Amino acid sequence: MSKPLIREVPPTSWYLRHPRYLRYMAREVTSLFVGAYCVLLVFALQSLAAGQASYEAFLVALRSPASIAFHLLALAAALYHAATWFNATQKAMPIQVGEEFVSGNLISGAHYVAWAALSIVILFLAGVF
Amino acid sequence: MKERLVQLDVFRYNPDTDTAGHYQHYEVVCQDEWVVLDALNKIKETIDPTLNYRWSCHMAVCGSCGMMINGEPKLSCHTFLRDYAGVIRVEPLTHFPVERDLVTAPDDFIEKLKRVKPYLIPKEPKPISEGEYLQTPAQLKKYHRFTLCINCMLCYAACPEYGLTPKFIGPAAISLAHRYNQDSRDGGRDERQEIIASKEGVWECTFVGACSEVCPAHVDPAGALQQVKIASSIDWFKEHLLPGGGK
Ligand code: SF4
Ligand code: FES
Repeated sequence: MSKPLIREVPPTSWYLRHPRYLRYMAREVTSLFVGAYCVLLVFALQSLAAGQASYEAFLVALRSPASIAFHLLALAAALYHAATWFNATQKAMPIQVGEEFVSGNLISGAHYVAWAALSIVILFLAGVF
Repeated sequence: MKERLVQLDVFRYNPDTDTAGHYQHYEVVCQDEWVVLDALNKIKETIDPTLNYRWSCHMAVCGSCGMMINGEPKLSCHTFLRDYAGVIRVEPLTHFPVERDLVTAPDDFIEKLKRVKPYLIPKEPKPISEGEYLQTPAQLKKYHRFTLCINCMLCYAACPEYGLTPKFIGPAAISLAHRYNQDSRDGGRDERQEIIASKEGVWECTFVGACSEVCPAHVDPAGALQQVKIASSIDWFKEHLLPGGGK
């Protein structure tokens, strides 16, 4: 009896097969940094709740070179993650006006504009300006 | 007419004698404007009549000539030899069982297509005497892109989720379900949602986006799947958060 050949997909190295899979994995890995930053915020709240001395110690720890390096990495990861997300919005949320679809760049662009506006508001509230 | 010597490493598998596949090297003189399928046809006619592969239309319409060409899922009738330098590696579409040489078994895909009910299910049956179902150009345009699928399965060969989790309904079948769900004449969405909004449906998709990159008909299956995710999430919120299940 002849039988078809099944070619197994390598379960732990499949993403090495094509550059587009590596790009996808890069996007997924950036979410680890976003998650790690959320954990950091929880620690910040915890040290704030524990009183002034503990919060000041936390602020000192934030100024350490390791912490600055982490922040830079997390910022880069978050920017990349956000960009992939906003670029995806035009696929996920097409808008049809009358017969025609609104240009995809307009939909993604609107997200970038909203992002920039919200960031400015937050920086303003944080006293940066 | 300009000619070129083309070298191909072609995947061979004979189910009667082989336990694994191997590559066979061919060298064949081709016209400069030929596609990979032309080279295979010339090999079959002049060098090796035992080589097996599928094709029919030679114009990117029938969807039967899909192969991996240098690791990329492609229609071999739509892939020009002049775009390649060196040896061209030709393999059967990944993620599908190989029946013989470049011929794969499409059964799983066909089964999945059937499951999503890819046909109009009218809201209420209407006798022919009442005339046709009318549709505006805008209503047509809403789903038109998703009608362009030629069932070539390149998106399945590109999709790592399908490779890792073969029960995933997959890009083309879900896009086709979405096509009917978006059709103003259709009333079958609830029936299709049971299949495509399930775990093996759209939630198996992690938006790698490879399907849309390889689709020769520009269906944008990745877009369709994200739209189905959003619509299914809205369904869930309506059902669980609105009084009366949002009905
Ligand atoms: S969606 Fe595109 S790639 Fe997938 S089967 Fe249809 S035409 Fe082929
Ligand atoms: S032979 Fe029909 S699509 Fe290539």
